[in-house]
Amino acid sequence: MMEKMIFGRFIPGDSLVHRMDPRAKILFVFLFIAIVFVANNAIGYAILLGFTLLVVFLSKIRLYFLINGLKPVFILLVFTFFLHLFFTREGDLLLSIWVIDIYEEGLRQGIFISTRFLVLVFITSILTLTTSPISITDGIEILLGPFKKIKLPVHELALMMSISLRFIPTLMDETGKILKAQMARGSDIGSGPMKERVKAVVPLLIPLFVSAFKRAEDLATAMEVRGYRGGEGRTRYRQLNWRIADTLSLVLLAGLTAILWYFRT
Amino acid sequence: MEILLEGVGYSYAENTPFEKRALTDVNLHIPSGSYTAIIGHTGSGKSTVLQHLNALLKPTEGVVMIGERKIEAGVKAKDLRSIRRQVGIVFQFPEQQLFDETVLKDIMFGPLNFGVPEEEAERRARELVVQLGLPDEVLEKSPFDLSGGQMRRVAIAGVLAMEPKVLVLDEPTAGLDPRGRREIMDLFHELHVTKNLTTVLVTHSMEDAARYADRVAIMHKGRCMVTGEPKEIFSNEEQLGDYRLQAPRSIRLQRDFEERTGLKLESISLTEETLAKNIALALAEEGRGSL
Repeated sequence: MMEKMIFGRFIPGDSLVHRMDPRAKILFVFLFIAIVFVANNAIGYAILLGFTLLVVFLSKIRLYFLINGLKPVFILLVFTFFLHLFFTREGDLLLSIWVIDIYEEGLRQGIFISTRFLVLVFITSILTLTTSPISITDGIEILLGPFKKIKLPVHELALMMSISLRFIPTLMDETGKILKAQMARGSDIGSGPMKERVKAVVPLLIPLFVSAFKRAEDLATAMEVRGYRGGEGRTRYRQLNWRIADTLSLVLLAGLTAILWYFRT
Repeated sequence: MEILLEGVGYSYAENTPFEKRALTDVNLHIPSGSYTAIIGHTGSGKSTVLQHLNALLKPTEGVVMIGERKIEAGVKAKDLRSIRRQVGIVFQFPEQQLFDETVLKDIMFGPLNFGVPEEEAERRARELVVQLGLPDEVLEKSPFDLSGGQMRRVAIAGVLAMEPKVLVLDEPTAGLDPRGRREIMDLFHELHVTKNLTTVLVTHSMEDAARYADRVAIMHKGRCMVTGEPKEIFSNEEQLGDYRLQAPRSIRLQRDFEERTGLKLESISLTEETLAKNIALALAEEGRGSL
């Protein structure tokens, strides 16, 4: 299961989305997150979903793989759906089983909120799947550049982010390795009563923490010996270039907003 | 206990863009009571094979027989713990698996998981600490306060305390000093003989394979290419070269010696000690007691 998780993973590729400027992609995602809230009816959400699937298609990442990799998120999604379904008490009563009453508004809200959640998760995953952590950091650093004026430690923030993104897969692999080592010693995380399962997590978490701290320390030392001292006066090896396609993607997003606004009720 | 791999194939992260083929049609027989060394270049699939030996990985093709148990691709296997009790694995850098408050508790973790009574587990832990050359005081210390070499020994004790019938070792001495290496490898060999274990050693060290193993298997690009006795495997230098391996030092030195002196030694020298003996013998025969 660990190797199927795709949070923070990057799949190298050569699709239209892969080749976009990271600044454009980040802007795109943030604007999209805002735009999602424009939709407030079935047509709006259908358009959003269609648009998202189009982006997935353009990124050439197999939908099956995306869905499989986001399985843990779906649990949350289903939970959200039922939460709205059971606890919204507006509109007509649709169904009443035992103590559970399901109202029309609850069903509507449940579907809308989970669709909103789904498109957000898809679009943000596409960002990290098609953009290497280094490009994301470069993009964020430049985009946040103006905030340096008000003493926001932009470079440090970007660095922290790229380091955490970079280490997600490493920690995942490590978890798998330690899990196996403890399983070989008879620890059994996947089964047994709840109390036993919780107890079985300790032998997994402690070594994981120990090695994460060790890694952090090693990384700090390695950076220091190579003379790292923050962003001041640091030049860039990787140059970003903004192209027509990047501008077009933002225009496309503006178009989407206009359409959503038109259908908004 | 006997282990048999038949037509085993394995892919990591099957059905994802990260899918990576690690093993193809591996056939390997590990007879009961044997000391088998699995050698091969980096990335040849040694460590993947090893994880099949106690069902940590399930083959994506083929069958693995572990004693009486059969692990088959596509068939759900139950009660894997009973396999893991009998097949202990010492992973690469096993000190990463330490977690408990004290060394004693950490060593007892394995046996207790498998239902060994507390007193018995403690007895084993105390005995193993001595066997592994650690001072008694470490038992009450936190494993994180020990030196790297000591942590390694504690981790190894944690696996040995399960008293498995099959002991699988993945580069158990990587990163240790030469003396510690030799001590630990000698201990494994002693246990192999006295406890009548079946031992599988995955290693980069041709010297260790030649010294301790009675069977050697060569892995190359996810396939098991050859199995045989160390003498035949290590005397075929051409074949070793094909798989980007090298004969152990003693054999290379023997070749050198034979070439330079024109003398032919009686047998192939798998260790430095036999090489010295062989040379002495050859020289005595030549009538030159000393050089």
